[in-house]
Amino acid sequence: MSSGDGEPRGDEIGGPTEPTLPRLRKVVITGISGRLGRIVARRLHHDLDYQIVGLDRRPMPGRPKDIEHHQVDLRSKKARDVFRVGDVDALVHLGVMHDPRARPAELYSWNIAGTTKLLEYCQAYRVPKVVLLSSANVYGPRPDNPQFLTEDAPLLAAQRFPQMRDLVEIDHLVSTFLWRAASVETVILRPVHIVGPVHNAPSNYLRIERPPILLGFDPMVQLIHVQDVAEAIVSALAPNRRGIYNIVGPGEVPLSTVLQELGREPVAIPHPMAKPILSLAFRLGFSSFPVAELDFIRYVCMVDGRRATAELGFRPQFGLRETIHAVDELA
Amino acid sequence: MGWLDRLKQLRGPVPHDDIPGRTQALVVRGNEFGFDEFGLSRDSVRTAARLARWLYRNYFRASAFGIEHIPAQGRVLFVSNHSGQLPFDGLVIGAATFLEPPQPRLVRSMVEYFVPSVPFASYLFARWGQITGTPENCRRLLAAEEAVLVFPEGARGISKPFSKRYQLAEFGKGFMRLALEMQTPIVPVAVIGAEEQAPAVNVKPLARLLGTPSFPVVPYPPFLPLLPLPVKYRVYFGEPMTFTGDPDDDEEVLDEKVKQVKNRIQSMIHLGLRERQHVFW
Repeated sequence: MSSGDGEPRGDEIGGPTEPTLPRLRKVVITGISGRLGRIVARRLHHDLDYQIVGLDRRPMPGRPKDIEHHQVDLRSKKARDVFRVGDVDALVHLGVMHDPRARPAELYSWNIAGTTKLLEYCQAYRVPKVVLLSSANVYGPRPDNPQFLTEDAPLLAAQRFPQMRDLVEIDHLVSTFLWRAASVETVILRPVHIVGPVHNAPSNYLRIERPPILLGFDPMVQLIHVQDVAEAIVSALAPNRRGIYNIVGPGEVPLSTVLQELGREPVAIPHPMAKPILSLAFRLGFSSFPVAELDFIRYVCMVDGRRATAELGFRPQFGLRETIHAVDELA
Repeated sequence: MGWLDRLKQLRGPVPHDDIPGRTQALVVRGNEFGFDEFGLSRDSVRTAARLARWLYRNYFRASAFGIEHIPAQGRVLFVSNHSGQLPFDGLVIGAATFLEPPQPRLVRSMVEYFVPSVPFASYLFARWGQITGTPENCRRLLAAEEAVLVFPEGARGISKPFSKRYQLAEFGKGFMRLALEMQTPIVPVAVIGAEEQAPAVNVKPLARLLGTPSFPVVPYPPFLPLLPLPVKYRVYFGEPMTFTGDPDDDEEVLDEKVKQVKNRIQSMIHLGLRERQHVFW
């Protein structure tokens, strides 16, 4: 019968998977200047040959020449111009700002107005794919949480700590967009605590030599290697994928085991005193531990990642030990 | 003869238990650090088993009946009456399934939602395999072929006054929904003795003042049920019951099934009370 001649094979296109579907070419990444942004950009650009456009209000020193970078505010006209050309194939939104030392009003405006604008551009200029990197923190650590929260659990993180509201609100904004804008494939990723050579709250916390813990509390935690998060973003960029996905790393361990594995010497503080002590230390600059995240070292906030495994085909590549030790990789 | 010897004589002989061997024989789905997804670790279970064994053998001098009804493997829901102000009935059931059958079973009981906010209990309960009592958690454990213990009377049962002893309070229906949905056999359990470990009256005005469901007071110092009396425990495991049907059926259909389990437990309680010679031995 058919000897296979004349049938175009996937070889020329680059991979055996889904050879007939068009590849996404031009990807806009917000927050590209951060360490996570650089890692994601590198993965997409260097390994997978995407064309990358960075949007960040910080400069991006040392970027490869063929990465386009715009040092702009997301709310500005210049940001719109990036999309107006009409050849953007995907937006990867990492630009959620949660600098604990910034003014809350400024953060709010940046995050909410910025995200709203981005979504407007994507709809107006027919960007077919939007990927938001949200966080599993949006569910909030609570004593009555089931051990594993699924994607349809309510986002209650802002209930006890209003500082978390930006994160929750952005997630809500994009979920609404997911259902409203049928022409855009929207993917929301909610990864667990991202660790690695990055400056986020969990990695910074795990790098403290004598980190504060709460006396009599030792919740189970989930960590994910930053490279695995980049991989999850890659899988979300594949065509025909839309929806909300929890992204889970290699497994669950007690917080104390993570600290022990890293050789830290935790300082136990009775929980009624923790909030005043830590907020004082934070204000005086002794500690960089954001008080809003206190409940994350008290209660479980773990998620069920089975949907991402089934629908995105996502599986973490890094083991538990490797993932834990990734926080010390900081050069 | 010293008082310790006299106490030992009163207690009677205690069988030998191989705690390390039994702990090793448990099926634990641990990761490379030895923890399962709920935070259980074999090392913590071994320590807890030593303590539980002492209470089970020496303090409560418990006897277990119907051990052959404890399945050696596979998902199972233990459904028990709940009493005694303090949840020592859960401990005794757990110790019985760990110590008595040829293949030890680790029972995971569904604890109250407030436990994770109590220092130390928050993580110790988890290390010993006890879980926050949400339906999702129960479903997940049954899917992993584990044994789960539920008290359908909940707080209504454990805090009932002495005058209501051995009368079952209203059963919740959640356990039946789970059993139907997960196609899990139910092993009915009756615990005799817990009712007398803290004979309490409920001081309603104080409960209202403090906003707690009840305020139990016992007629001996320290007047609050902090330590159980050394009653003799008797645990009865009944024949497994299997139910089929739609977990989302009408309340009446579910009620009928729940009533079957409740009646079975009630008749096992009556049998246990008839067989018992004395509260303390």
